[in-house]
Amino acid sequence: MSARANILRSSFAHAILIAYTILALYPVLLIVINSMKSRRAIFNDPLSLPTRETFDLVGFHTVLEQGNFLLYFQNSMVVTVASLFFVLLFGAMAAFALAEYRFRGNLLMALYLALGIMIPIRLGTVAILEIMVAANLVNTLTALVLVYTAQGLPLAVFILSEFMRQVSDDLKNAARIDGLSEYRIFFTIALPLVRPALATVAVFTMIPIWNDLWFPLILAPGESTKTLTLGSQIFLGQYVTNWNAVLAALTLAIFPVIVLYLIFSRQLIRGITKGAVK
Amino acid sequence: MPTARTPRRPIRWHIAVFLAPAVLIYTAIMIIPLFGTLNLSLFTRGEGGTREFNGLANFATLFGDPRWSGAFWNATWNNLWFFIIHMLVQNPIGIALAAILSSPRLRFAAFYRTAIFIPAILSFVIVGFVWKLILSPLWGVAPTFMDTLGIGNWFAPWLGLERSALTTLALISVWQFVGIPLMLIYAALLSIPDEVLEAAEMDGITGASQFWKIKLPLILPTIGIISILTFVGNFNAFDLIYVTQGALAGPNYATDILGSFLFRTFFGFQLQLGDPHMGATVATVMFFIILAGVSLYLFGVQTRLRRYQF
Repeated sequence: MSARANILRSSFAHAILIAYTILALYPVLLIVINSMKSRRAIFNDPLSLPTRETFDLVGFHTVLEQGNFLLYFQNSMVVTVASLFFVLLFGAMAAFALAEYRFRGNLLMALYLALGIMIPIRLGTVAILEIMVAANLVNTLTALVLVYTAQGLPLAVFILSEFMRQVSDDLKNAARIDGLSEYRIFFTIALPLVRPALATVAVFTMIPIWNDLWFPLILAPGESTKTLTLGSQIFLGQYVTNWNAVLAALTLAIFPVIVLYLIFSRQLIRGITKGAVK
Repeated sequence: MPTARTPRRPIRWHIAVFLAPAVLIYTAIMIIPLFGTLNLSLFTRGEGGTREFNGLANFATLFGDPRWSGAFWNATWNNLWFFIIHMLVQNPIGIALAAILSSPRLRFAAFYRTAIFIPAILSFVIVGFVWKLILSPLWGVAPTFMDTLGIGNWFAPWLGLERSALTTLALISVWQFVGIPLMLIYAALLSIPDEVLEAAEMDGITGASQFWKIKLPLILPTIGIISILTFVGNFNAFDLIYVTQGALAGPNYATDILGSFLFRTFFGFQLQLGDPHMGATVATVMFFIILAGVSLYLFGVQTRLRRYQF
């Protein structure tokens, strides 16, 4: 292939990729830009950046005064971090048991736990609500943590047991000869060695929990337990005609997710691509 | 017999300890409610609020009673259309972008990858509202933008029109999730060994024909996985519809899919009271639809795809 054709092909490739990147980012950018403009400028000139005359943070003031966003954010954080902790700890323990020991029913147990990867937990909502009502857990963050832990476990066990199998047997057997208990072997040898896999599972588990609307709406719709996703949904519905407030609320909701994504994007992409991307 | 004399191995309690928390939570919060819901679909509220066994009568109502079956089939067909759009638009775009992205010595590949994936991490609340605002005739971003392209006349309030609302929502969802097939295909393409591609080049198979004849057959298993993930995701979708169109999935139920139908049946809306038993019935039907899709994939598609080991 001639060098000329090569350059032509690669600029064609870049043109398509740039066009698609713009399509992916521009809608989000448009919201962020307009959240910092006055109402008049939002409507008269939505596509331009805020200038000194049109710069206005009135939307953010409304959001922070009217909405309980700090509380919602705190609820989301508590639910996400707690669920994540339990998914990672219990998931890693179960994965270790399945990968490390040969016992009767091992394969059956692995299949049983893998069922939940394909069947969405939402289909059990009717009975989940009944259980939570019976246990007096409606409108508590505990209900959400329990549901999200159950939701995250199947995929976590599945991915982590692949990695647990790769932990060197020599290392574990040396520890056994030194008299370490199986629990110590798990916590001091296996767990630290699968840390990269834990990071990947963490990102996969985190995003759907943070973004979920279904279970907060059904299990914890009370004011004191609203998550950020549910809180912004209700706020956006109430303030639908106040464009400054709506745009500011959206910007505030986008911000933490993007920050987390930029921190963890490497693990996430590496996880999806099974390490094929360096 | 020698084995008879060896002492029985002591029970290894640590295995149980390692497994117990995950198995207990998973069983209590996921498996039992799932079967509980399937079971609830066989009951109904009797006189005096007691729960009475009802056999398959709820299903007869869902499929036979015109008040229910109309809404149910509407939601099912809409859901199918929602899925078809994803298969026809999202996955081909994802494959095409992955093919371009995986071309050797492409610069800024990591940047494109990171940027194109961003919509997939945002919540439906954000995505739904962002597009609702952009497509709103009130704000006028979309019409202004289309004017500059010279196609301003084509603009219509798509989300508000019965014939276009569902397709528009499906395309918004496609916009959000293109990154997922893109990443999976991208990884599959990168894992094709160089020797295979070099051998193809020796035989004069390059460029597009190399993609169709060599790479595409090799990534078919990944395309199969993406299809089943899309299927399960679409037949379980709810949030986007609820955020943009509300629980009534307007205009005139044009965007009602099984998830929103389940929500309305279970919780009620406006004048209709919620009904947990009919809700469980809808959830049961959804369960069997998803089960049918997954089984079709596992036994019909996956076993027939030829896998290549490198």
